[in-house]
Amino acid sequence: MSFELLVIIWFILLNVLLIGYAILDGFDLGVGILHPFVAKDDTERRLVMNSIGPLWDGNEVWLVTFGGALFAMFPEAYASIFSTFYLPFVLLLFALIFRAVSLEFRSKRISPKWRSFWDVMFFAGSTLAALLFGVAVGALMQGVAISERGDFLGSMLDLISGFSVAVGLFTVALLAMHGSIYLYMKTEGELQQRLYGWMKGTWYVYLALFVVVTIWSTLFVPASLQHFRDTPVLWVVPLLNIVAIANIMRAIKQERPFYAFISSCLTIVALVVLFSAALFPNLVPAVNNPAYSITVFNGASSPLTLKIGPDHRGHRHAAGVVLYHHYLLDVQGQGDVRRGQLLIVDFEM
Amino acid sequence: METVIVLSRLQFAFTVMFHYIFPPLTIGLGIILAYLETRYYFTRKPIFAAATQFWMKIFVLNFAIGVASGIVMEFQFGTNWATYSRFVGDVFGSALAAEGIFAFFLESGFLAVVAFGRTRVARGFYLFSVYMVALGSIFSSVWIVVANSWQQTPAGHHVVEMMREGIGPDGGSVLVPWVIDGVVQRRAEIVNFLELVFNPSTVQRLSHVLLGCVAVGAFFVLSVSSFFILKKRHLEFARHSMNGALILGLVSSLGLAINGHTQAQNVYRYQPAKLASFEGHFETGKADLNLIGWPNAEKERIDFDISIPGGLSFMVFDDLTFSKPVVGLDRFRPEDRPPLLLSYLSWRVMVGIGVLMIAACALGIYYNWRKTLPEKRWLLWSLVVGIVFVMASNQAGWIGAEVGRQPWIVHPPVIWNEDSTDLVVGEDGFYQYDEAVGLRTVHAVSPSVNAAEATTSLILFLVLYLSLAAVWIMVLDSKIRKGPEEYVIPEQGDEHGVKKASAARQHARLDNA
Repeated sequence: MSFELLVIIWFILLNVLLIGYAILDGFDLGVGILHPFVAKDDTERRLVMNSIGPLWDGNEVWLVTFGGALFAMFPEAYASIFSTFYLPFVLLLFALIFRAVSLEFRSKRISPKWRSFWDVMFFAGSTLAALLFGVAVGALMQGVAISERGDFLGSMLDLISGFSVAVGLFTVALLAMHGSIYLYMKTEGELQQRLYGWMKGTWYVYLALFVVVTIWSTLFVPASLQHFRDTPVLWVVPLLNIVAIANIMRAIKQERPFYAFISSCLTIVALVVLFSAALFPNLVPAVNNPAYSITVFNGASSPLTLKIGPDHRGHRHAAGVVLYHHYLLDVQGQGDVRRGQLLIVDFEM
Repeated sequence: METVIVLSRLQFAFTVMFHYIFPPLTIGLGIILAYLETRYYFTRKPIFAAATQFWMKIFVLNFAIGVASGIVMEFQFGTNWATYSRFVGDVFGSALAAEGIFAFFLESGFLAVVAFGRTRVARGFYLFSVYMVALGSIFSSVWIVVANSWQQTPAGHHVVEMMREGIGPDGGSVLVPWVIDGVVQRRAEIVNFLELVFNPSTVQRLSHVLLGCVAVGAFFVLSVSSFFILKKRHLEFARHSMNGALILGLVSSLGLAINGHTQAQNVYRYQPAKLASFEGHFETGKADLNLIGWPNAEKERIDFDISIPGGLSFMVFDDLTFSKPVVGLDRFRPEDRPPLLLSYLSWRVMVGIGVLMIAACALGIYYNWRKTLPEKRWLLWSLVVGIVFVMASNQAGWIGAEVGRQPWIVHPPVIWNEDSTDLVVGEDGFYQYDEAVGLRTVHAVSPSVNAAEATTSLILFLVLYLSLAAVWIMVLDSKIRKGPEEYVIPEQGDEHGVKKASAARQHARLDNA
């Protein structure tokens, strides 16, 4: 296999990992974002938390693997991205872990103050994580100023722009919608009735921000469209995305939440692909001097590493195992919350 | 820059030490779980299932915190050590990615089955899942130790110039070395993956790490079961656990001593400055084995010294004449020596506690055989707190390994003379490391990170980990106090009943939660 082909295979595999992470931890974070709004009393709050209880750490394994694969296969990009987004990423870790801690800590005392504190933490951690992911994506799409060696030349404030914040809010809305559909599948009765309204509401917010971000990137982030001119077949992706978005609402109206969830997953797939297509072949576009950009080719490891690096077969096996476990817990476990047979958070079984 | 280096090192040390509380517990308990579930599978005695359930709860708790704190480690190579990551990504990154892909997925995938699936899946599949979880945690450690051992004794790679497109003499595009400010950019690339994996220190260090993890598992079980015996609770469970764990503890501690001896010899061969710092050995020549003392780096001697004459010569070469010369710190320039005090002390803490571990297990087995163990309350109490010391010993071992590697983040190989009695030194009498094949820690940090950012992140991690530690201790304590619960074997076709029962229990929990 040629070096170029290997690089592109790894670029695609990284996309697969990113998609897996976005879909799986996406509903996790979405549930956290919605938590204070949809649950009215203590029991409901516990129910909402328990709906993701046994899943969050399995979901985060996708992030770990994504990071590891980026490090091994595109070390130049890994080093530059992670040191550029220094504080955002530290905050991201802080948010992700604190959120996990609040899942656990909340039920340790009955005092309402104690519980509200951890409820706030759970919400804040989830929202902050979603926002930071979005801001990082937005900032990368716009590009950053880096030295010839790839070291960031700006300050943290340079990463925050109108566009990156818009993408951040867009991500929060997307995950809130994704999470509300997931929760709708997992609950019943009054809580589920309430979630019906939230699914619709978050969908409208998502749609509005989708329009804003799409127009913004078309007009002001020219790089995002470069490949659509050369490779018109790529237009299939945004078209499918629009179909998926429309289908979410249709499925919600038909009260077929699983169908809506699949559509919501598909819109996430489309968005990740669009993000990658906008960047390719860059991983870190340099705004100060395009020649400094880190691409999948100049940022990659040696051909030998790309070849012997954890081979795809093992990887597929492992992913299969995780998917099976999601199947067991998500699909077969459907309705568990309804029957009162809660899957208690791991620590508490 | 200086401040950023110090802060980044502090942050890495703090986060990795916190992280390393959990993997040894997970690995150690994983092996014990596999044993207990196997016994249950073949005997169907409920006590084994009850024991598995009990340790499993603790295992899952530790695993979750291990994963969370592990993500922080992976991110830090990029956030704080960008130059290092660029230099070694091709080699070191592969080992890390292998860890994520093989072990993490395996472990996490089967963990849910093990944690929630006892009544949901077939018995055979359940046993298989327990094995996979135990194996997964071992695999994780294998790849991490491979990556770290490569930093200590690099092999299977070459350091090459990075190529970029440039304009050739005929005006066409050619690949030329990438030069920035007159410096050719280089990085390490894999040549032979197997040589990388089995670099000169992997096998020794991996055995030591795994034995250390088994010892942690054994002493953790010893701690909990001694506590139950002292409090006269769950006595049958405690006695069973005690018997097995004492033997496991003794075997692993003895194994650590034997393997530690040969490993130290290996350290001498590949990182002589490290061993000299461990031992406070300054002058090349016949070496004494220092037992008690305080190293004085300035005067290059050990204060309050009590030593076995020629002891170190014996330890390093198995030399019965107690006289063979051992290379000391005087062969290295001051800037090439590891920090002395920390290496010296951590080494002693590790070895000292190791000796106590052997003694505690041997005494325990003796009294157990005489059937007087429950009366020896002092020994039982020592075992209750013993786990803290065993953990400290594990940490001390890693401090020695990592601090002793300084000032290098990737240690260059050393070259010995023909009969391997001394290093090949320059005219000034000092050993000259080949800077081109190693990387100094001070050159490895991210140039784009400033001191304010590094301080902020360190504070955030401190806050985060202190609260995480509080959660951990709180939950662990409540689980141990609750003790093992009686396990009722579900009858065939009774799935519904069991589900109902568990549902009822969950409801109760919800109501009074």
